[in-house]
Amino acid sequence: MFRSNVLVCGGTGCTSSNSEQIIERLKEEIKAQGLEKEVNVIRTGCFGLCALGPIMVVYPEGAFYSRVTPEDVPEIVSEHLLKGRIVKRLLYQETVVDDNTTKSLNETTFYAKQMRIALRNCGVINPENIDEYIAQDGYAALGKVLTEMTPQEVIDLVLASGLRGRGGAGFPTGRKWQFAAASKAEQKYACCNADEGDPGAFMDRSVLEGDPHSVLEAMAIAGYAIGYGLLGKNIFDSGFDFDIDIRLGAGAFVCGEETALMTSIEGKRGEPRVRPPFPAVKGLFGVPTVLNNVETYANIPQIILKGADWFRSIGTEKSPGTKVFALGGKITNTGLVEVPMGTTLREVVEEIGGGVPGGHQFKAAQTGGPSGGCIPAKLIDTPIDYDNLIAIGSMMGSGGLIVMDETTCMVDIAKFFLEFTVDESCGKCTPCRVGTKRLLEILNKITSGNGTLEDIDKMEELCYYIKENSLCGLGQTAPNPVLSTLKYYRDEYEAHVVEHRCPAGACKALTNYSIEADKCKGCTLCARNCPVGAISGSVKQPHVIDTTKCIKCGVCMEKCKFGAVVKK
Amino acid sequence: MKSLAELQAIRDKTRAAVTLRENAEAGTRVLVGMATCGIAAGARPVLNAFVEEVAKRGLQDVMVTQTGCIGICQYEPVVEIVTPGHEKVTYVKMTPEKAVRVVNDHLVNGNVVSEYTIGANAIGAK
Repeated sequence: MFRSNVLVCGGTGCTSSNSEQIIERLKEEIKAQGLEKEVNVIRTGCFGLCALGPIMVVYPEGAFYSRVTPEDVPEIVSEHLLKGRIVKRLLYQETVVDDNTTKSLNETTFYAKQMRIALRNCGVINPENIDEYIAQDGYAALGKVLTEMTPQEVIDLVLASGLRGRGGAGFPTGRKWQFAAASKAEQKYACCNADEGDPGAFMDRSVLEGDPHSVLEAMAIAGYAIGYGLLGKNIFDSGFDFDIDIRLGAGAFVCGEETALMTSIEGKRGEPRVRPPFPAVKGLFGVPTVLNNVETYANIPQIILKGADWFRSIGTEKSPGTKVFALGGKITNTGLVEVPMGTTLREVVEEIGGGVPGGHQFKAAQTGGPSGGCIPAKLIDTPIDYDNLIAIGSMMGSGGLIVMDETTCMVDIAKFFLEFTVDESCGKCTPCRVGTKRLLEILNKITSGNGTLEDIDKMEELCYYIKENSLCGLGQTAPNPVLSTLKYYRDEYEAHVVEHRCPAGACKALTNYSIEADKCKGCTLCARNCPVGAISGSVKQPHVIDTTKCIKCGVCMEKCKFGAVVKK
Repeated sequence: MKSLAELQAIRDKTRAAVTLRENAEAGTRVLVGMATCGIAAGARPVLNAFVEEVAKRGLQDVMVTQTGCIGICQYEPVVEIVTPGHEKVTYVKMTPEKAVRVVNDHLVNGNVVSEYTIGANAIGAK
């Protein structure tokens, strides 16, 4: 029995900032102090507060250390673990009330409004130790299903819970299972779609890293519900066998689309195919297949154990439950958050996210990645659920949430996502292959200052054409970033075209730096820092930028102490 | 894994280790003085004995933790038990054996072990 547990985050963000070395150093120091039988070091999944990583939490005190370095470890071991004195300088400052008291993590603004269902074990258990998962009621849902419920009862429960697919489209999970169960076949498959390809999204990855057994358990439950007769043989003495196979993809965005995913699992080139037949009828290797996203599965065991009414009591009527978001962009608390559906964008951005840093203004949030759209500041009080997001021209998507401030150009953002979809279009159908390419060309023309008003209209028309005629979800949603920015920020597009000006000052071709002579003190700082020698002027005399040499890097503006450099 | 009973057995065995990570807000706190004076007087085995015994008894609402020097070094190992709504109890000159009795009498049954408290010892010392 260990008296103290030290949990170190092994999520992606913390690992990339040296949490592995911290764990090694901890083990060495604990051994050197002779505490190895008293203190247990555990590598857990993501805590969510990635902005403050690497994160280390010491229980039973619940001391939440942030931005720990391997050099801090000897102090933590000798002070906290040996002598019981918390190392205050390393605590997450939000948890510090005064010199002698700290508050629990759940009372900090980052965690207070969160509710963790899919992420409930992330940052709590050692994901590689099945016993710890079992200690958290793991596999109890599978046990219940196999010994007390019929497949139809399982489907009815999932239907009643109102759980919708967390991959993005929001299709009712129970109905999917019902279809697959109704298809008669000798063999059926339960697939988990873990092909998370949106730039900046890491929800599914974190669930798999932090709580893999919840997904495995749910897949076995799905297998039982759809009537697939073969993890293991004769589980819980019930006669039910289940076997699992992990297939690594090569990292193509299109393989997040279900039919393309299955084609790639079959060993063929990852291209989508026409639906119907839907996977529930004719899926992987031609047999009925139920395919759900990682986060969807992670909700299943809890629904089985706590019931449909419990799940329905969380979130909104049409979108029960919670949703995990990967919060990124111009936001203080970059990280992973799980909130009940219906939480407003304002709560997520201003409270949980800690607002926009650097005194900048919130301009918009982008949800749904390359398939989604933007939510402008005026709609910040929109409760987030599937239907509300679609109504305002965005979509839930898998859960990327990118925050933008006034320095972000909306045309540039649309261009960024289009570059991504042009790269990732598989090329099978013409509307997507050629259409997205043409869209990107028009966007490039606009951001370089050569666009016309007709281009904007033409672009809009092309967007609808691509949406209506593409074969799969990738093409059908690829124009969304353009359409939603056009809907809310048409004036920015027009400013680029008519005034040859980028209001946010992000499009380099349309901005010029200059020095205001009356503010310039002639300190020469800008000239000394200019990487291309574009700034001239003598000491105590106003300086001048040579726009033919200027590469618009912005260093002069950053360095100037008098605010004399302006961008127009 | 063969049966539900086996699953339950694993759950019960690991449960105590994992609960340690949740109850940062437990009702009763057992604070073992682990400053230099405490460690020198043998506080570590006392701390471990508390952890073991609390887990063995399956006490969900008790958190065993460390604290620093409270200034009565001559009475170490010192253990304070803080329960909301009750007066703090300070046990002195603790040993692992005394710890087991404190868990059973005080934490489980609610009877303060008066003979181990600072009151009894300070008077006795005089």
